[in-house]
Amino acid sequence: MSADVELKNVWVRFGDFVAARDVDLHIGEGEFFTILGPSGCGKTTLLRAVSGFLEPSDGQVLIGGRDMAGIGPNRRPTALIFQNLALFPLMSVWENITFALEVRGVNRADRRKRATELLELIALPDQGDKMVGELSGGQRQRVAIARALAAEPDVLLLDEPLSALDLKLRQHMRSELRAIQQRVGITFIYITHDQGEALTMSDHIAVMREGVIEQVSDGTTLYDDPGSSFVASFVGENNYFRGTVVDTDVSYTTLDTPSGRFRGRTSKNQSLRKGDDAFVFIRPESIKFDSGLDNSLQARVRNQEFEGNFWQVFLDVEGENKGLKLSTVNDGRHHENISGDTVSVGFNADLAVVLPAGPLAAE
Amino acid sequence: MTSDHIRKMFTLLFVAGFFLFLFGPLITMGLTAFNSSEFPRVTPWECFTVEWFDVLRQDQRLMQGIKTSFFIGIGVVFVAVPLGLAGALLLTQVPDRTRPWYYTILISPILVPGVVLGISTLIFWDRMGQMFFGDSVFYNGYFLTILGQSTFISAYTMLIFIARLQRFDPALEEAALDLGATHVQTFRKVLLPFLKPAIGSAAVLAFLASFENYNTTVFTVVSEATLTTVLVSKVRYGINPSISALAVVIILITLIGACYYELVKRRELRAIDNAKRVAGGGASVVQRRFFAEPAAWLILLVFVVGLGTAFVAGTTGVDECKVEVKEQKRVQTEARIKALNERRAKEEASAENDSVSPAEPRTRAKGTENFNSIFQKDNLEGQMDSSKSDESSDKPARKGTENFNSMFDQGNLQGEESEAETRPEPEPKSRKGTENFNNIFDPGNLNQPDAK
Repeated sequence: MSADVELKNVWVRFGDFVAARDVDLHIGEGEFFTILGPSGCGKTTLLRAVSGFLEPSDGQVLIGGRDMAGIGPNRRPTALIFQNLALFPLMSVWENITFALEVRGVNRADRRKRATELLELIALPDQGDKMVGELSGGQRQRVAIARALAAEPDVLLLDEPLSALDLKLRQHMRSELRAIQQRVGITFIYITHDQGEALTMSDHIAVMREGVIEQVSDGTTLYDDPGSSFVASFVGENNYFRGTVVDTDVSYTTLDTPSGRFRGRTSKNQSLRKGDDAFVFIRPESIKFDSGLDNSLQARVRNQEFEGNFWQVFLDVEGENKGLKLSTVNDGRHHENISGDTVSVGFNADLAVVLPAGPLAAE
Repeated sequence: MTSDHIRKMFTLLFVAGFFLFLFGPLITMGLTAFNSSEFPRVTPWECFTVEWFDVLRQDQRLMQGIKTSFFIGIGVVFVAVPLGLAGALLLTQVPDRTRPWYYTILISPILVPGVVLGISTLIFWDRMGQMFFGDSVFYNGYFLTILGQSTFISAYTMLIFIARLQRFDPALEEAALDLGATHVQTFRKVLLPFLKPAIGSAAVLAFLASFENYNTTVFTVVSEATLTTVLVSKVRYGINPSISALAVVIILITLIGACYYELVKRRELRAIDNAKRVAGGGASVVQRRFFAEPAAWLILLVFVVGLGTAFVAGTTGVDECKVEVKEQKRVQTEARIKALNERRAKEEASAENDSVSPAEPRTRAKGTENFNSIFQKDNLEGQMDSSKSDESSDKPARKGTENFNSMFDQGNLQGEESEAETRPEPEPKSRKGTENFNNIFDPGNLNQPDAK
């Protein structure tokens, strides 16, 4: 019914270009697993290696403990939901959904019955006789899921299936997908570049950069304890200062930066030594208009944006030309315009994390 | 008049000229099909008739030609469509770097002149037959023509398939495979339905290209005859308006086909619009069934009424009209003969007066008197009519030949030949080759002096 997926030292090369570099992953049975990364990082390549459209240049793909080498996509226990859905435009909805049964030779009456059940599951009853073109984006999305589920795969692979939807629908489909996954109980491998999707749906997330898996963990760990400067800057928003380590121990590390001396938590995943080049990352919501915290600095307010529940305040800081971003909950007290004012802000060392200098996500 | 007016007028004139250029010949030819004149022409208009359609129906050679063309066309469809599809699919599979080469090779038959294709097909298969069976087993008009035409028609169909395949989303194929379909199932259930419109277009194009082909067919058809080869031989030996009647039939079939296609296309567009509306939350508009379309009925009505009118008008009163026309012609002819005689009498009188010049010989070799006053305006008609009246019988002369004064009449040529054959040997004393260069190229002619 459900199966685990294992990638062992998988390499994928296209000529000189390396799309996946020594990828080792274990995806547990019945998990909602997300591979998160910017476009072009090789995540789709990994998905295609699992679904069988692509043979890894090196390494193994195992599904349910079985080596998949030489097994074509039509004989793997996987079903793929394509980025553009790839619904068959010349078939009706129910024919689309039961295509997998049709090619196995299931008779028409049984297929109709199964289609009705699946349409029920995706909350589109009585829409089976429509053509695909007559459905809205969200409905098509659900038909694609039903079509994949009809094949009764052990593993469902989803290649950025929500990217074509508008924001509202996307948010709705997130919870829908999660609910469907929990109902059918099979392994989902979900590909996305949207960290919001990844954080809301997944049991585990693998962050990928240039063919390399940077970190695998659950969402909260990823957000609170990023394993690398790339993960820290890619997942969620982050402010950072670059500096030199002046003091470090198991819990805290102190950095000297052009904007001042800051103290933050020592990363659990990386080791730092005195004199190392390093970043200190502070989430916008961790910076407060408060000079009495562990770290404090003077800043000039460049501008502020009102987002309803939040104020986003952009600050200019000496020695740091990209400035700081500060998020503060709208509690009704900060409605006056403070642009141009000089303010003192601060953050606690527990809410800042120090990581060795490395590549950052593109803005 | 402003410059805007002038521009508009100019545009209008241009459009009118353009359409005249395109359709003028067709309209003229269509009209000639309904004129009772023995030769396809619009002026002078004699009688409105549909008898040429009957003549067409009874023309065995033409009918056989159409049948042959039809079967060859079907054969070409069954060879060229799969070949074209295979070529187009091949182009999607080969790597980008080598694709232009494949493309050039596959498209090259279009660039080769049809004549060359025809001759090479004929020679190739003849040689093949000789080589493997010691016999011309492939020397069959149907077989050779289907193959010969398919060489370049499959390139046409390939272009259609390439155009369609460019719009195919390869993800659909992957989706089918991913859902457990085999490659054959994927082809049959996903790709083939997608290509269905292209297959239809390619089949129609292949059939039409085959049907109207002449320059390849004329070599490969061997002892058979297709519509085009029959038509060409007809033109050579004299045509009558039944060919125009055939043109009218073909034009009508084309028009009906075009109207039908347009209607179907519009229905499809409306269905797509409807689908969009439904997807956007609008109400669905139920499409009428095809024969509930008012446009379909209107076209059918116009067609039937036109056909009926033509039939009724073309069959009633034709004989009376013909008799009338004949009478008119007779009167005209008599008047002309009278005028001619008068003129001759005058000429003779003046010739007698001027006794130095000898009288022109009255009789001449056959076919030369026709060039007598060839550029005289009313000469052709006058002669035609006089020849008719000279025959003094109701039986019309061979259709369509009298205008050319039987120049191309087979019997005419043969008559001369037989005359030459039966002609007694010229006296050996007479110098050879002097009598009007009569037998100048006779091979026996050269040998004669040696024999002497």
